[in-house]
Amino acid sequence: MTADIVAWLAQDGITNGAIYALLALALLLVFAVTRVIFVPQGEFIAYAALSLALMESGRVPGTVYILLGGGALAAAMEIARAVREHALSRLPRILALYVLLPVVIAAIVWWAVPRKLDQWLQILLVLAMVVPLGPIMYRIAYQPLASASVLVLFIVSMAVHYVLMGLSLVFFGGEGLRSRPFSDAHFKVGMLDVSAQSLWVVFASMVLIGALWLLFERSIYGKALRATAVNRIGARLVGIPANLMGQLSFLLASFIGAVSGILISPITTIYYDTGFIIGLKGFIGAILGGMASYPLAAAGALAVGLLESFSSFWASAYKESIVFTLIIPVLAWLSLRSRHVEEEDE
Amino acid sequence: MTGGRVSGGRVSAPRVALGLFLVFLVAAPFVLSEFYVTLMNYIGLAALVTLGLVLLTGVAGLMSFGQQAFVGIGAYTTAVLTTTYALSPWLGLAAGLVLTGLAALGIGAITVRLSGHYLPISTIAWGIALYFVFGNLEILGRYNGLQGVPPVTIAGWTVGSGRNSYVLIWIATLVSLIAARNLLDSRSGRAVRALRFRGTMAESFGVDTARLKLVVFVYAALLAALSGWLYAHFLRFVSPGPFNVNAGIEYLFMAVVGGASSVWGAVVGASVLTMLKEWLKDLLPALFEQSGNYEVIVFGVLMVALLHRTREGLMPAFARLVPVARREAWPAEAAPLARRERPQPGEPLLEVRGAHRQFGGLVAVSHLSFEMKSGEILGLIGPNGAGKSTMFNLVTGVLRADGGEILFRGERIERRAAREIARRGVARTFQHVNLVGAMPVLENVAIGAHLRGRHGTIASVLRLDRAEETVLRAEAARQVERVGLGGQLHDAAGSLPLGQQRLVEIARALAADPVLLLLDEPAAGLRYREKQSLARLLRELRDEGLSILLVEHDMDFVMGLVDRLVVMDFGEKLAEGKPQDVQRNPAVIEAYLGGLE
Repeated sequence: MTADIVAWLAQDGITNGAIYALLALALLLVFAVTRVIFVPQGEFIAYAALSLALMESGRVPGTVYILLGGGALAAAMEIARAVREHALSRLPRILALYVLLPVVIAAIVWWAVPRKLDQWLQILLVLAMVVPLGPIMYRIAYQPLASASVLVLFIVSMAVHYVLMGLSLVFFGGEGLRSRPFSDAHFKVGMLDVSAQSLWVVFASMVLIGALWLLFERSIYGKALRATAVNRIGARLVGIPANLMGQLSFLLASFIGAVSGILISPITTIYYDTGFIIGLKGFIGAILGGMASYPLAAAGALAVGLLESFSSFWASAYKESIVFTLIIPVLAWLSLRSRHVEEEDE
Repeated sequence: MTGGRVSGGRVSAPRVALGLFLVFLVAAPFVLSEFYVTLMNYIGLAALVTLGLVLLTGVAGLMSFGQQAFVGIGAYTTAVLTTTYALSPWLGLAAGLVLTGLAALGIGAITVRLSGHYLPISTIAWGIALYFVFGNLEILGRYNGLQGVPPVTIAGWTVGSGRNSYVLIWIATLVSLIAARNLLDSRSGRAVRALRFRGTMAESFGVDTARLKLVVFVYAALLAALSGWLYAHFLRFVSPGPFNVNAGIEYLFMAVVGGASSVWGAVVGASVLTMLKEWLKDLLPALFEQSGNYEVIVFGVLMVALLHRTREGLMPAFARLVPVARREAWPAEAAPLARRERPQPGEPLLEVRGAHRQFGGLVAVSHLSFEMKSGEILGLIGPNGAGKSTMFNLVTGVLRADGGEILFRGERIERRAAREIARRGVARTFQHVNLVGAMPVLENVAIGAHLRGRHGTIASVLRLDRAEETVLRAEAARQVERVGLGGQLHDAAGSLPLGQQRLVEIARALAADPVLLLLDEPAAGLRYREKQSLARLLRELRDEGLSILLVEHDMDFVMGLVDRLVVMDFGEKLAEGKPQDVQRNPAVIEAYLGGLE
């Protein structure tokens, strides 16, 4: 293995690792706030990547139908609750949030697609379509079960993953797609040939991680999220609404997922079911970090990216096997440290 | 059934339902078309795997999305041995089970100790890892798989056709269902049912929960491997496709759909989803005018909707269609269990020397010392938050002391695990009632007698444990009778009022035949008369030579009952002595009533 191959593999590993790090942070955030093991995170990646690629080729992505349908279902559930609780004054807000907003977004997308707008505007439209799916998903699938055990919520996650993956096949088809790179430029750094796209990925990930840090440290919503993560009941007692925090954490997760998809789609061909595996690698990263610390999770995710890249050089066919077997020694180590008997209430 | 007679001598409704199902199973290969026989084969194969998951997930509370990996190991092992090496399928079965058992033992040993969500995540991970191994190994035929797996032969009878396989598959499935039912209805089964929510309690009565979890995990893996072996010889062909991660998710969905209330939930779940999938595979691609796994959408929606309505699956709904026959009271003619030798009254029993325990900055128990003699009732009292329950947990090994010594009959126990301390004759009740709510009172109490039996999982599967089981249950029934709940023997423990649940806790502790009984607020929630009869019972027990350490808030109850008192406040000992002396102690009065200034 020559030095330039090492450098090239490292570049590849760091690029993917940056994406996994973003995902690991989102997964950790959702788990801390809602106790949901957020398997469907991967679907946001695929939805965003495929929507962008379709818009670039001048087609209306099926994401708009998913957004409209999901919004309508969430609105129906909210209205049913409002009627049950005799709180009809909530109706305008419900309709505005879950019906009007998706309709407006869909209308803009329909208007924009044939006009082949600038890439940045298309990216904004993709975010507008995909990001609201997070809170909508929380409202439909998770909120009614917010008090359920971690295991029940995990099963729900698998079920939601199934639904979204199936819809992905319906609306995007079985073909793999790739979107245009943000820039075709390449830089020579010594003997290393660095693509501008890789730099974009690493740069965007770092900006996003910095923004998240600011959110948690400086904003009242970030602090409320942190409080909920530390002690759910305590947070509710001081007036932090649990459902809003759930939706907010899902909003951040869908945003991070969508950004990851947009970043990765020019360098990897994305199929309707690719997101699942990518999301799981984020999980492996989070577990490497012990499922508790954000910096360790990011470091773990970077390690996953590097391991994946180097094992694809040595044993390309076993790349996935190697990456996914990695958690066994880590879990063994965690297991040696843990002694307590886990207790959950009936 | 297990010795309990069914009321009225008539045949019970569940037996009729079971009989009809068996008649259908026997008739099926003669009346159904080839297509439906094949479908039934797939249902049987899935039911085997799902059965493992019902025990693992529904009963023991451990979740796996990776059972398809064990099915794959079972299928590939036999496929390689019978094709490449032309060995007997029976050797393939043995090798597959051994290999799966070892793999499950290794993975289980690592993951079952970790908190709930690590196991399912790692099951997904190893499922994916193994899928790519199956698809890339030359010896396994890569993604093309292995062709020409020979049929199984039993004493000259070749299990060649789908109808022949049906016989083999359903015999294996029924035997496994009965074995699982036997397991749950036994000493080990009671402990397994306590794993999900009541691990601390189970440990306090001598159950090694980590080991038991591993046993259930390996058992589920072996059922999956058996299913894989049957699959390989029924289809005569093995490829990686059926062992992808979706298969593992669908097995778990089957377990959720069926529910864990009964082992038959596995058959219900496997049948519903297998038939639904078959039907949707015809319907949906026509609807969407292209091919693909669209049934996943319906499965996902179905699961979310089901979990929103109930977390118990469909089996309870099926069971409601069939009225349940009640068992009669347990016959008490069984021989009594051997009792532990008890120390002479007045012998030193429990000695606490400078015990210390801190939670972060909060000192719960601060260098506390006291002694207890055999045959006395010692009351541990103090205001809320004084550290009484922490002291209990230190003595019983639920918590570990940061410092100090605790001696039981002269032996240091402060470093021992709860189940080892239980073995020495210490039994307890819990301040927050710690019963398996869905299980009858009798069986909850029988958990207390866990250490007085010795038959394990294999014996109970083979029903070699019946004599011992009768004795254990009779002992449990006797203790339930003793605390005055003879009429509620077969009621679900969770359905009793709180005060009676506390009595069940006492009965369970008594079933352990303890030398030292620790009661954490036994009188809370009892009415006046019930308190009187409880006090009478505790005096009787003392006169029989039992020593009792009691935490209680009801002063009338305590003062009339105990021989001596230890008063705690802020983790420290405030006073010690006879009740009437302690009552006059100014420090105690101040702690309870506040200062006079």
